[in-house]
Amino acid sequence: MNPPPPPPSQISNIEPRKSGGLSLISVASYVFNYQLVGKPFLAYQRHQDERKLKALKQKPQQLLAPPLVRTARMKEMMSRHYLQARYANGVRKVAWVTSGAPVEILQALGFVLIYPENHAALCGARKKAEEICTEAENAGYSRDLCSYARTDLGTLLSGKTIVGRLPRPDLLLCCNNICQTVHLWYRVLASRMKVPLVLIDTPFLYEPAQPHQIEFVKRQIEEMIPVAERVAGKSLSMARLKEVARYSKDAAELWLEILNRGRQKPSPITAFDGFTNMGPIVDLRGEAETVEFYRSLLEEIDERIAAGIPAVKGEKYRVLWDNLPIWYRMGWLSKTLGKQGINLVASDYTYAWGELAPMMDVEKPLDTAARVYLHPILNRSTGDKLRSMKRMVKDFDLHGVILHSDRSCKPYSLGQIDQRDRLTKDLGLAAVLLEADHNDPRAFSEEQALGRIEAFAEMLH
Amino acid sequence: MAVDSTGAIVGSRLETALPRIEDQTSDLLDAMAASLHFEVASIPVVATGYGRKLVRRASRQVTEITCHARGVFELLKHEGTLVDVGGQDSKVIVIGPQGRVIDFTMNDKCAAGTGRFLEHTAARLGVNLEEIGPRALGAPREEAITSTCTVFAESEIISLLAHNVEIGPILKGLHRSLVSRVSAMVRAVGIRPPLMLSGGVARNDAFRVMLGDTLEQPVQLPDEPQLMGAFGAALLGLSFSAVGAGFSLRE
Repeated sequence: MNPPPPPPSQISNIEPRKSGGLSLISVASYVFNYQLVGKPFLAYQRHQDERKLKALKQKPQQLLAPPLVRTARMKEMMSRHYLQARYANGVRKVAWVTSGAPVEILQALGFVLIYPENHAALCGARKKAEEICTEAENAGYSRDLCSYARTDLGTLLSGKTIVGRLPRPDLLLCCNNICQTVHLWYRVLASRMKVPLVLIDTPFLYEPAQPHQIEFVKRQIEEMIPVAERVAGKSLSMARLKEVARYSKDAAELWLEILNRGRQKPSPITAFDGFTNMGPIVDLRGEAETVEFYRSLLEEIDERIAAGIPAVKGEKYRVLWDNLPIWYRMGWLSKTLGKQGINLVASDYTYAWGELAPMMDVEKPLDTAARVYLHPILNRSTGDKLRSMKRMVKDFDLHGVILHSDRSCKPYSLGQIDQRDRLTKDLGLAAVLLEADHNDPRAFSEEQALGRIEAFAEMLH
Repeated sequence: MAVDSTGAIVGSRLETALPRIEDQTSDLLDAMAASLHFEVASIPVVATGYGRKLVRRASRQVTEITCHARGVFELLKHEGTLVDVGGQDSKVIVIGPQGRVIDFTMNDKCAAGTGRFLEHTAARLGVNLEEIGPRALGAPREEAITSTCTVFAESEIISLLAHNVEIGPILKGLHRSLVSRVSAMVRAVGIRPPLMLSGGVARNDAFRVMLGDTLEQPVQLPDEPQLMGAFGAALLGLSFSAVGAGFSLRE
C-alpha cells in the first residue's frame, strides 16, 4: 500500500494547489461554468427527467414500480455538487473525507466536501469502476485492496472519472469508524498530494461506548478544529455549527422515517430506492437543501402508500439486504429478485445513515459528534450487528436475509457466516450468502449469483 | 430422466454437456420421446443445472439445489444433510420434512472444491477417472497437497511426480484436499444427520469413505447419485402437471 510517489505528471488530473487566497481566473471559471451555465443546465435537465418520470408513473405498473420522481432532484443535487467541486479549487477550500467522518465542522467552515467512496460508487454504478481500478492495479496496488480505494487511487493516477474532474483537496479528513483501510488509503493520498491529513481514531465498540472513549474522540475533534480553521482561513462559528448540526439531524431523521416506510405491507419502497437516493445523506449532510429533499421524498413515498402502489408488484417475500450494494448490478438484481416476488424492504447499510439520528443533540454538537461517529454499525461488534439485524427482521416482518459477502469490505463481511447461522437457527429464516464485490465486477459471477438467488426463492416458496 | 405418473423412473440418459445446450437438450428430448413413446409437448419438462435457462422446451426451471434435495429425499425417504459434489460446483443442502430445502451453501468461484479438480489432476497423472478412487483408497500413505487452487495443485503434483513420488499417495492427498474443503462447508452449515451424497463425485469410493471418516458420520448413497438432480426435476415436473399427485414444492 506504499509504492514510491509518482512523478508529478501522474497526478496531473488533480488541479494544482493554489497558494493561498482566491485566484481571479478560478473565480471567473467558477462563476461562468458552475453558476451561469452549469446550474441552469442541470435545473433544465431535472425538469426533463421529471417529465419522463411522471410519464412513466402514468403507465400501468409492470413488475417494479417506476423510479420515484424525486430521484430527478437527487440527480440534480449530486451533479451540481460535483460540478461545483470541479471548479472549486482557487475559489473555495476543498476537503476529501471518509463517509463516516464528522463533517459538520468542515461544512460549517465552508469547505466543499468530496467523498471518494461516493465518487467510487458513482463510477461503479456507471460501470466505469473496473477500468479505473485497473489503473490503480497497474501502479502496483493489490486487487485485494478495497475496490473503493482502488477506484479512488485509479482516478488520482489516471484522471478517469465520470464527474469530469475531482478538485484537489486542501485538507484530508479520515475517520476509521468504517474500516482501517481508510487510514492507509488517506495516508497515500496525503503523501501523493502533499496535503494535511486529520485522522479521527474511533475505538472499536465491543460494548456500549464508555465515557472515556467518547472523551477520546471528542478531544480529537476539538484538536481538528484549529487545523481546519487554518486551512479554511477563518474561525469556526458555534452558531453556524449548530445550524449545520440541525440540518444533519433533521435529514437523518427524515432518512430514517423514509426507510421505515418499508415496514408497510406491501412496501412502497425497496432497498434499491434507498441505495439510489442515499447520495445526499452521505455527501450533502448538513445542508438545508438535503433536509428539503428528503422531506419531499417522504411525501412522494406517502403518496405511493395512499395510492396503493407497491414497489414490487405482488410482493410475496420481504427480505433484508446486509452489507453494501453491488453497484454495477443494481438493475439486474432488482429485476431478478422482483421476478421471484422478493422485495428487499430493508438494508442495514442504508439504515446506518439514519439509525443514529436520535443520538444527535444539536445544542451540543461536539459531544454529539463524538458519540454519533463512534456508533456506526461498522464500528460495533459483530454480535451487536446481529442484534440490529434481528431487530430489523422483527420490525420489518421479514421472511429472509441476503448477506452480500463483499470481497472489498472485510469489516462488514466478517462474522456473516455466524450471523447467517444465527438468523436461520434462532429465527427460522431463510438466509443466503451472496459472494460479490461492491465495485469490482470481476468478483461477480452472474450464473452463480442467479443460482443462489433462485434456490433462496425456492426455499421461501 | 423421465418418470411415469407414479414417480417411477422409466428412462434416463447421461451425456457430457456441450456448449450448445439448446440443441443438445432438444435432441436428447426427442430421442427419449421416441424410445418411450410420448409427445414432448404434452408433458411437463423441468430443466435444472447451470444451463437450465437455455433449455428451450422446458416448461419450468428449478435450481439443482431444490432438485437434488427432492430426488434424494424420494429415494432415501428421510431428512438429513446432502453433500452434492458435481463437476462445476459443490453444495451442502440441509433437507427438511417432505424433502424441502432448509438451508444450503455452495463453493464459490473456485474449482478446487469440485469434481473438475479431480478430473483435471487425474488427467495430469494419466489415470482414468474411474480408477482414481480405488487407487487412492489402496495407497498406504498420503502426500500432502497444500495448494487451494486447481492450477497450483496441478503444479504441485507435477513437482511431486518429478521427485519420483508414487501416484497412489498423491491421489490420496488430492482426495484429502477435496474432502477437507467439502467438510468445512458441511460444518459451516451444521450437520443434521444422516449424511447423504449425490453428484458425480459420489461415485468415487475414496471421496465417500474419506468424507465419512472426516465427519465421523456414515454416508448414505442413492442408487444413481449422478442423476439425482434430474430425478428431482422430473418429480417436480410431475407435481406441476395435471397427472401429478402427491408432489409439490410445498407438501
